[in-house]
Amino acid sequence: MPAIRLEGVSVRYRIPRERIRTLKEYAIRRLKRRVVYDDFDALSDVGLEIQAGETVGVIGRNGAGKSTLLRLVARIIQPTAGRVVVAGTVAPLLELGLGLHGELTGRENVLLQGALLGFSRSAMKQRMERIIAFAELEEFIDAPIRTYSTGMAARLAFSVATDVDPDILIVDEALAVGDERFQIKCHDRMEAFRQAGKTVLLVSHAMAQVRDNCRRAIWIHEGRVRRDGDAGEVTQAYHLWSVESAQIVSAPPLPATAGSA
Amino acid sequence: MSATATTDVGSAPVYDSARRGSRVLEEALALWSYRALVHELVIRDIKVRYKRSVLGIFWTMLAPLLNMVALTLVFSALLRQQIQNYPVFFLTGSILWAFFSQTTSSAALQSQDCNEIAKRIYIPRSVFVAAAIGVGLVNLALSMVPLLVIVLVTGFPLHPTWVFLPVSVLMTALFAAGIALLLFTLASRFADVREMYLVLVQTWFFLTPIVYHPSIVPPRFRFALWANPMYYLIQTFRKPIYDGVIPSAGLLAASTLLSVIVFATGWVYFCHRVDTFAYRT
Repeated sequence: MPAIRLEGVSVRYRIPRERIRTLKEYAIRRLKRRVVYDDFDALSDVGLEIQAGETVGVIGRNGAGKSTLLRLVARIIQPTAGRVVVAGTVAPLLELGLGLHGELTGRENVLLQGALLGFSRSAMKQRMERIIAFAELEEFIDAPIRTYSTGMAARLAFSVATDVDPDILIVDEALAVGDERFQIKCHDRMEAFRQAGKTVLLVSHAMAQVRDNCRRAIWIHEGRVRRDGDAGEVTQAYHLWSVESAQIVSAPPLPATAGSA
Repeated sequence: MSATATTDVGSAPVYDSARRGSRVLEEALALWSYRALVHELVIRDIKVRYKRSVLGIFWTMLAPLLNMVALTLVFSALLRQQIQNYPVFFLTGSILWAFFSQTTSSAALQSQDCNEIAKRIYIPRSVFVAAAIGVGLVNLALSMVPLLVIVLVTGFPLHPTWVFLPVSVLMTALFAAGIALLLFTLASRFADVREMYLVLVQTWFFLTPIVYHPSIVPPRFRFALWANPMYYLIQTFRKPIYDGVIPSAGLLAASTLLSVIVFATGWVYFCHRVDTFAYRT
């Protein structure tokens, strides 16, 4: 059984043509029957399978549907059509530091972060010392995290998120955390996940990172899978396409003679 | 979403978006499996509120006392109503009202922030409403201390019927949760719901017999009392403390029915709208 399977998955966002922010406005427009929606297909008819133990890079332009794909796997949204099957526990490293609270101490924030990931207080207390040690924050752990630097807070969040031992790890460019020394530790931890046969889904705009970490890459373009295969080939194709399309956009030549306008 | 759609095959849970059961049940099971988060959110709220204040947790107990002193001075002079031991009468009503208004307004106020979190990570959204009720219950328990002090200091009898209060609180909590779920759902979509509710809740306070005795309401306006669910809930809470009696069967039936219906409506509405929250940009 594959770790992740998508069958004919579409996600359609309904966007009101004019944004209606208030109930009053909505009631008035509803009475006049003037609520018009645009349908936007973030993903259309996507089918793919990822086997347990694979490390797969997901690439594509901004707004191509990469985040929507991750949110489907992480159960944050439901598909409008099709079917999503995920076998195993999922740890989303989507937004590090989400829900961190400045007034609480590092230790209290670890409990809160763990609870956001669905872990009980006692489970988090068992992991506490290991998390603190990995984040290298022993001296500061009982200070409110508003006194932390951005990097320190990110290290704490990363340590919690990766300590949870999931079957599937979703990484959304979250590796750019902390200083170089910590980056190396993050990389090692990712490597350990792969060694342990975990499934890793990595979204990145850094093609080198995708090639280094993944054997397979999926290129999402305008809500569809454009290419799926060997990471080297797919990133190469994507790179060529990017260069090409950037040139077309910037193609209009400059006026030949200055001052003629 | 998680719980019923997730079945254990060996050790690995399998999530299948196509196999979803009743949403009402799913959300309930998901809320149960995230009870640790509710606990953490309640702790966070209470800690954060008192962390930087010198008086700390005592503020919760002091605030209703000061409030009571001010209102007692104003209303006993102004209304000249014959209410024996006005401080106890007023405090019982105002404590329960504070519980209701704080929990429901905080659900409306926090709705958009909570949805931002739930757009980025999978969490059953009902945990936020449950946490608001939890925080309210802790504050309610804390404000029972000044009430007890006032009762003892003024020599008011400490009726054994106090033991009935958990039932009264449970009813109010159910009612507040129902309203909070409706507000949370509406406020996640419409920005003006919060402001509208804050105005409504102010008016509602004066329509509810908290500062005045229900008997002073003229007969032709009695319908306004009967149509007000908080009237029954306040009475259910006040009678054991102030009158030293267990609420009558009729009053209990009215409170129970109202709170169960409002809660069920809120829960069902919330569960059927909850999937659409993440789609709003």
